[in-house]
Amino acid sequence: MIDSTSASRAEQITVQHSQPTNPTVQMAGITVEFPGVKALDGVDFRLFPGEVHALMGENGAGKSTLIKALTGVNPIAAGTISVNGSSMRFNGPADAREHGISTVYQEVNLCTNLTVAENIMLGSEPRRFGGLDWRTMRRQAKVYLERMGLDIDPSSSLGSHSLAVQQLVAISRAMVVDAKVLILDEPTSSLDTDEVEQLFTVMRQLRDDGVAILFVSHFLDQIYAIADRITVLRNGQLVQERMKDQLPQRELVSLMIAGTSDAQVSRANERVAVTERAADAKPLLQAVGLGRKGAVQPFNLDLYPGEVIGLAGLLGSGRTELARLLYGADKADVGSIKLAGEPVKLRTPRQALGRKIAYTSEDRKGEGVIGDLTVAENIILGLQAARGWIRPLPTVKATQVVDAYIKALGVRPANPNALLKNLSGGNQQKVLLARWLATAPKLLLLDEPTRGIDIGAKTEIMNLVSELAEQGMSVVFISAELEEVLRLSDRIVVMRDHEKVAEIASTPEVDVPRLIEIIATGEEDK
Amino acid sequence: MSILSETRKSAPKLSLDRRYLPVLGTVVVFVLMLVIGGARYENFLSPAVLSNLFINNAHLIVLAAGMTFVILTGGIDLSVGAVLALSSVITATMLNAGIPLSLVLPIAILSGSIIGLGMGVMIQYFEVQPFVATLAGMFLARGLCFIFAPESVPIRNEGFVALSSWGVSSGRWRLTAAVVIALLVVAASWWVLHRTRFGRTVYAVGGGEQSATLMGLRVARTKVMVYVISGTCASLGGILFAMFSRSGYALTGVGMELDAIAAVVIGGTLLIGGMGFILGSVVGVMVLGLIQTIITFEGTLSSWWTKIVIGVLLLVFVVLQRILTLRRN
Repeated sequence: MIDSTSASRAEQITVQHSQPTNPTVQMAGITVEFPGVKALDGVDFRLFPGEVHALMGENGAGKSTLIKALTGVNPIAAGTISVNGSSMRFNGPADAREHGISTVYQEVNLCTNLTVAENIMLGSEPRRFGGLDWRTMRRQAKVYLERMGLDIDPSSSLGSHSLAVQQLVAISRAMVVDAKVLILDEPTSSLDTDEVEQLFTVMRQLRDDGVAILFVSHFLDQIYAIADRITVLRNGQLVQERMKDQLPQRELVSLMIAGTSDAQVSRANERVAVTERAADAKPLLQAVGLGRKGAVQPFNLDLYPGEVIGLAGLLGSGRTELARLLYGADKADVGSIKLAGEPVKLRTPRQALGRKIAYTSEDRKGEGVIGDLTVAENIILGLQAARGWIRPLPTVKATQVVDAYIKALGVRPANPNALLKNLSGGNQQKVLLARWLATAPKLLLLDEPTRGIDIGAKTEIMNLVSELAEQGMSVVFISAELEEVLRLSDRIVVMRDHEKVAEIASTPEVDVPRLIEIIATGEEDK
Repeated sequence: MSILSETRKSAPKLSLDRRYLPVLGTVVVFVLMLVIGGARYENFLSPAVLSNLFINNAHLIVLAAGMTFVILTGGIDLSVGAVLALSSVITATMLNAGIPLSLVLPIAILSGSIIGLGMGVMIQYFEVQPFVATLAGMFLARGLCFIFAPESVPIRNEGFVALSSWGVSSGRWRLTAAVVIALLVVAASWWVLHRTRFGRTVYAVGGGEQSATLMGLRVARTKVMVYVISGTCASLGGILFAMFSRSGYALTGVGMELDAIAAVVIGGTLLIGGMGFILGSVVGVMVLGLIQTIITFEGTLSSWWTKIVIGVLLLVFVVLQRILTLRRN
């Protein structure tokens, strides 16, 4: 690669990069609006030929929106797109593809029931006598496959191949139209190390052929292995565009997540005192070598009663996946869980619930609250589920429980019969919490409980969490905001690239920059 | 890289066969029935019986061909029986009103295309469930039949009679015009499904509509077109049925849409779409026809046994498909 050549050549390349004459794609001042939100706010973005350009950002930063704005899936409210110097607006992936901009998505969007050859060639298939020329089609497909280093039969059905091969077939398809621009949206999330390496080989080859590649991945190591240039987005705005060599990992991570905090929350003196664990304390839950392929590398973790464990890490680092393993929402491939010393098998959320483990999903809308039910109904849902459907909750008891939690958590409006969908996000979150608290859990897994809610509600929820811990509950707290994790946690587990890389006590010396460093480098000790 | 490619090399050969597995199953059943029938009854394997198998079912072959397109996309068309009746009634009444054959036939065929187009637009652009949209189409077509002619209308047009009695025979083998038309439809369907981008898009839509869209294929147009094709096939089937019965009657083809669906499913096409072959559907029709023939030959059995056997066969084939798809995942 570049670094192996002489210094003067490297310099030349840098010069060439820093004074780019004509980018293949130039997006300027792109604004995309969804009802009530500005998903992108005046973002500039450039793609140069012969370059791998990584687009980085946390959830909601606007990465996919930018890609969709480019390919014409999302309409643009303001801004211009020019391709090879001429102004362009595409009206969909197919249109963009015809103009040499091909997209390969995270989930392979090909038809598994068709043959490999068809998946590559359909849309620009060779014809003979007015019909498809299968023989030529297979032969041409073979050529594209060989460019990817794939030796598979073009007439086999796509579904008979592994995801990695399907991914490469998708890229082959992208190349058929002589793509000048290749967009790879998290292509590596389902690939193993060898397969990623094979993909990178292909990417380098395409780059050297002059293709402009836009690469999205949550894996920092992969970004640094392949990217030439990095653009960071945050909250729909451009933070920075820089050459990879001039952007150390630590700085990248802080660019991605810094500044999202609110002064009100980050005040260090608000940090909850670290609970001293008694020397003879027995862990409530022990995870031993627990892991799931493609989700979390095997990890050990002990959870003690009265302790708050914070999970820190970037989006896609495996925070949620870890929590879901503990809850039994996903099945572990390896390892075991001991609950109060007893080995248990948690295969379903119901079993976890029976063992007094509760989990609030980060996807509040999709997996948690039921908007068309009332506040009261949402609260007693968990309690009722734990009792089983045969024994309905007595009305008097239900009313008592509901009233108690509405008061304790300060749900507003304090009306048990209000439809949940009419409450604000923060109050919905409180109701969700109430639902699980009503089941009197010993272990509470909170996945992003503070996301998308206002600052007042955030503080209330966090205070509640620390009160619960004081009462002896064991809490796992996941948040994208490091200040929150620092403030609440007794211990902090750092996740990186689907691996638990560190477990540290939340001492006063540990601050946000320190956490960022661990997230960026994956190393606990300097 | 070489390690990767080598391990992947061996896999496809086996799976290639699996695509043909349901169809092979149908062919095996068909052959088995021929063998059993041939062993049990005299004259069962005679050219006359086998010719009649095609002659009696020519209209159903055409219906099944159209239905194959729809089911391959993962849809369903319940209107074909009623559209068949409508087209036969239109043909009969218009011919009897003295309108020339060269005008009547296109109009009758077009009636099915238009109903199909309407249903396709409802399904694609108004996102109505195919089941509901085609159910509406079924009631509409059936009701229209009675507006044209509530009673059975015998056809006396000379040209039409000549066409329906035209045939080629060699020895005791016989081919009627209807059979020739049906086989031409099958050949055309095969060509369209396997040799055109439209045909491959039909498969792609059945395999995954969103993927097909993202691949840049014309999904919307294709989904509308399959209902137009199915409607057209149904009205063509109506003409074939009118040739067969020399009449048009509003109550013909009641439940025939279910026969067509049964034939397609027994022929190995997956109801979820994306997998199946037109020739399988033809064999499926033949299997249905053979069941009827065997029960006729048996003599003592009530004709309701046809339904019972079809029911059992359907069940077996659907379970077989399910097992296949489950294993695929």
